[in-house]
Amino acid sequence: MDCAEFVELVTDYLEGGLGDADRRRVEEHLDLCDGCSTYLGQVRATIATLHELPPEEGSTPGRDRLLEAFRRSL
Amino acid sequence: MVMELPGDAELVARLRARDEAAFALVLDAWSPGMLRLARSFVSTPDSAAECVQDTWLAVIEGLDRFEGRSALRTWVYRILVNTAKRRGVREGRSVPWSSVADESGPTVDPARFRPPGEPYAGHWWEFPAPWPEDAVLATEMQRLVAAAVAELPERQRVVVVLRDIQGYDPDEVSSILVITPGYQRVLLHRGRAHVRARIEAYHARAVTS
Repeated sequence: MDCAEFVELVTDYLEGGLGDADRRRVEEHLDLCDGCSTYLGQVRATIATLHELPPEEGSTPGRDRLLEAFRRSL
Repeated sequence: MVMELPGDAELVARLRARDEAAFALVLDAWSPGMLRLARSFVSTPDSAAECVQDTWLAVIEGLDRFEGRSALRTWVYRILVNTAKRRGVREGRSVPWSSVADESGPTVDPARFRPPGEPYAGHWWEFPAPWPEDAVLATEMQRLVAAAVAELPERQRVVVVLRDIQGYDPDEVSSILVITPGYQRVLLHRGRAHVRARIEAYHARAVTS
């Protein structure tokens, strides 16, 4: 495996989308390549930042009207 | 903080019995995420808010027809996606999901790898530079990342929102969007690579300036 191939497999690797043989090839490459280990760490850091984004403002639009509609719907 | 929701069986039974507390619970637990997802399809925050309200009205109306073949949340989100897509198309914002632009080709600039014929072909010319730890304010990084997500093509954006921002598992994301798990990963891969590249460019500028 080379680095250009590794960077395109990184999501399949993280998401459990690789078969055993490919997963082993990815892990062998990671053991040997500091550049790709850094790349993988940065993808993980990117995911962590995405996950920490604050929620949108104005959480439940029309909440009272919706509760009212729910009450009347029986 | 969001209260723990009961399991689907109990939740659906309570909603069908018109238990208002149960409805308020799902309303408050899911609306923020629905709002964010709706924003991926339509042009304005107001329009997204209307999508979410229309979705809940459709949910109230359809509650007694819900067959439990998917999780309740998946069913609600599917209604939202359909509502938001229709509205997005009307607003001239949405592109048809069948178009495949932006979904092929490498996600990292090929010039960063040694070309065929070179020793170590396909390997980095230069390793990606490590990112400085805690060098950037969290709020500034969040602004950067939110802007990078907003730039993504619609399908990639929707998958990144559901999978990485909201943290839904891959099966639920595929199921909400009615796409295969493999295609879901393709979209996620391209979306993540774009956001990573934006962060990298940001750190590179900080180093040279």
